[in-house]
Amino acid sequence: MARTIDPHRRPGPVSEMGLPEPVREVKPAPDRFRNSLGKYQVWRNELCGKCGKCVEICPRGVHVRPDGYVDFVRGLDWRCTAERCKENGTFCVEHCPNQALRIEETPIYKAVGDYRWTADLILSTWHMAETGTAPDGELNYQTGNSGGGFDRIDFVFPEDGPRTNPDEISTSIPLNRRGDNRPRITIDIPVYGGGMSFGSVSPHTILSKARAATAWNTFSCTGEGGYIERLFPYKDHMITQVATGLFGVREETIQMAPIVEFKYAQGAKPGLGGHLLGDKNTPAVAAMRGAVPGTSLFSPFPFHSVYSIEDHKKHVDWIKHINPRALVSAKVSTPIDVDMVAVGSYYAGAHIVHLDGSYGGTGAAPEIAKKNIAMPIEYAIPKVHRFLVEEGVRDVVTLIVSGGIRTAYDMAKAIALGADGVVIGTPEMVALGCIRCGRCESGKGCARGIATTDNEMVQKMTVEWGTQRLINMLTAWRAQLVDILSRFGMSDVKDLRGRTDLLRHMDYEEAIAKGENR
Amino acid sequence: MPAKYHIHTRQVPPRRKPIGKYGIIDWREDCSACHNCVKRECAYSVYNDERDRLRHTVEYVDYLYECKGCLCCVQSCTKGLLSWDVNPEYEKMGDEVWTPDIISSTWYQAETGNIPVSGAGYPGRFRGPGFDSILTDMSEIVRPTRDGIHGREYISTSVDIGRKLMKLSFDADGSLAGDCPPIIEIPIPIIFNAKPWQKLGDRIGEYVLDAAKELGTLAISDNPDNISHPAAIPHIATSEDDAAADGARIAEWDDAPDVIDRITRIKIANPNLIAVVKLPLGSSCAARAIKLARAGVGCIHAYADWHGYVPNDGADTQSGSVHISQAVRKLHLALIGEGIRDEVTLVASGGISLAEHVAKTVLCGADLVCVDIPLMIAMECRLCMNCRKELACPADINAVDRDYAVQRMVNLAGAWHSQLLEMMGAMGIREARRLRGEVGRAMFFDDLERECFGPVFGTRKAEVS
Repeated sequence: MARTIDPHRRPGPVSEMGLPEPVREVKPAPDRFRNSLGKYQVWRNELCGKCGKCVEICPRGVHVRPDGYVDFVRGLDWRCTAERCKENGTFCVEHCPNQALRIEETPIYKAVGDYRWTADLILSTWHMAETGTAPDGELNYQTGNSGGGFDRIDFVFPEDGPRTNPDEISTSIPLNRRGDNRPRITIDIPVYGGGMSFGSVSPHTILSKARAATAWNTFSCTGEGGYIERLFPYKDHMITQVATGLFGVREETIQMAPIVEFKYAQGAKPGLGGHLLGDKNTPAVAAMRGAVPGTSLFSPFPFHSVYSIEDHKKHVDWIKHINPRALVSAKVSTPIDVDMVAVGSYYAGAHIVHLDGSYGGTGAAPEIAKKNIAMPIEYAIPKVHRFLVEEGVRDVVTLIVSGGIRTAYDMAKAIALGADGVVIGTPEMVALGCIRCGRCESGKGCARGIATTDNEMVQKMTVEWGTQRLINMLTAWRAQLVDILSRFGMSDVKDLRGRTDLLRHMDYEEAIAKGENR
Repeated sequence: MPAKYHIHTRQVPPRRKPIGKYGIIDWREDCSACHNCVKRECAYSVYNDERDRLRHTVEYVDYLYECKGCLCCVQSCTKGLLSWDVNPEYEKMGDEVWTPDIISSTWYQAETGNIPVSGAGYPGRFRGPGFDSILTDMSEIVRPTRDGIHGREYISTSVDIGRKLMKLSFDADGSLAGDCPPIIEIPIPIIFNAKPWQKLGDRIGEYVLDAAKELGTLAISDNPDNISHPAAIPHIATSEDDAAADGARIAEWDDAPDVIDRITRIKIANPNLIAVVKLPLGSSCAARAIKLARAGVGCIHAYADWHGYVPNDGADTQSGSVHISQAVRKLHLALIGEGIRDEVTLVASGGISLAEHVAKTVLCGADLVCVDIPLMIAMECRLCMNCRKELACPADINAVDRDYAVQRMVNLAGAWHSQLLEMMGAMGIREARRLRGEVGRAMFFDDLERECFGPVFGTRKAEVS
């Protein structure tokens, strides 16, 4: 039995030297709050005869009566899967001889979440982060309720085709397809962590992301706030970002990065620069950024040195000159001509073209920008994939997409639409306990200690716990991806790319899409 | 360097307890009064503020407005006594177009003058009807800006009201032949309607005019006492005489069979008058607008209902109502087809409830928009409709004082103006005049579905298009 990570343990100031090496192994990492949230609430009235039938029959351990106790202690209501129990004949309410139990949906379940991140998605991501497995109850862990995009796209699995042995399935993808003299970096799962700056999120969050990426042989990204020293032990798995504000961009950190990412735009605020409101700009953050503490920092838009692909090439050449071993990624958002942007980025020398769709996450953005500017990633992927195929360069570009990838199924659908892999941000935050209240932008930042720079709030989460939550979630995601590939009889995730024939859109006449893109 | 347009905003707190979205449900029974009470830990000090406010009773007390929904207290309470829910009063506000979120956001903007900024990604539906079926485009690398390299401070939101000459002609000596038609430049593509459909007192109309004046824009008014207000566009109903237009620089008439004759007559006496004719959007709107423009009417005010829809009178092939964005686009294209688009200014109104709707209406072809309901919401209206039923106004809007009312409206306009700058900056467009009809900087969901998903998934079902 793996050791449980104690979320409440206060390690004091975190020293990376004192942390164990991150290992790709699932360990239980339960909720760090006393009262976990779930779909149901269990009420026990005074008719309870203390017979213990409920304890005996509940498959989830909701009812708790410790050995030697006559009465029950507070139950673990969040584990309850009432509807599933009704189907399986293990519904405690029906089995209680005194009709002392009542189960209702909690008001919180109805209130938490939104169209994109439903309560089911939040709770199931928490489950994956705690256990390393997808929930087997009644939570929908595959789609949200936005009414479009990934939420209306389905895989069409063969009913009786041969399945691949999961142990023989590869989920690794190469990041350098150009065939140049730079390293042929591969990652073990087709997903890496998005850029989150020091300032937008806490150092514990940054370190947890970096350590989980290390364990999974993939990457995390510094964002545009500079490269904190505590990340140096994980430098082989860190992308460093050069964004329009050039905050914290230093030659020595570019030289140690295996991948350097130019952030031309961000999906949550396309056409706008980064926002860090003054309250979160602490002296430490300001020192890293070379700025004045307490002032709001707005990155400009666009790069004032880039107004053409030729200018972009100069940027790429600059990084390639400073670090002869680095791969270069161009992170762009999704305007109507995103296909031209993508192919131009490739011709300018980028190894990775990273598209960030308009429904992506952010630490702070004007709501008008989040909702209205640029196109959702679901549209951009097939558009760009098709254009790269027509240009004859599809196999020498690594197309990475982000901006609204919430689940392992979103990841698989993005790949089937034409991406090589995905970048995630919000799922990582949710795994760390984010509830999507959207208050990350100002004041002390996140009250749950994830997206904050306040020294006291940062201590609400330990690096060890955060690391494990992310390792567990990635484990669950990979297992789901492997299951999808297995059901299609595939042995490599690279074979899934562009297989739109395996998808159907529920709002389209044709039940099964044709594979023109294949 | 010319002075830059700036809207001076300042904090104006609400007079009434605002209706918040979320609230903590506190089951006080069984509280053990432990020393670890989570209420002390609230990162936003909501509970502490409650205590202070109760002691001093200086402000409203409301978890429902103050709760940020982090759920730390709910999840940490030793005995699990706290729960959380959406406020049913919040959900009752407005309707499906004027949603509670829009009302709440408008309150925030009127209070602070700030752009609503938040963390986390967009939480809403993938797409929606009306304005939510349009996205705006942005500039990136291969198409950095349309208007060249400039900072945001150089973006102009000014627009003109009035007829423009399609070409200039000159005398033999090189001087301009003939007079240029009168024109009024306003610094934002927004005018106000000082006669909103809610039944409010006359003072509210005055405050709307005062706010328009402070912003440098105009407001339509039908109150005879206010026609001399410097920001007023006198509105002349069909049954009224045209005296209000005497000496005015701009006036609005309801459309009527004799409106061209009336305007022609008044312009003989007042040649510098800009005549605005208000007519409903709909299938006959384009033909009528063309006729009016050819007759010398300088401005058309085309309106939809207050939800932004135009009843389908059967001439349109689409079923159901037509959204103002589509109707304006059709009208704009009809005027272009006649080669007279620049000869007439097009004001659109109806259902414009957010800053993004201004940009999208202009992208669809309007020169500017006219708003009224957001101004009432700025004064804490919650669209309960009590006023229409002769019941008491819960926000007691008739009792507001001038400073409060004007500044709240100015704040709202300031927030909208800042958001326009954000959108135009992203689009790389430096002039609101050049935003008009620029659908090259808009993306329509139906087009995206067809272009991006069509080759992959085939034909979209008619019932969901």
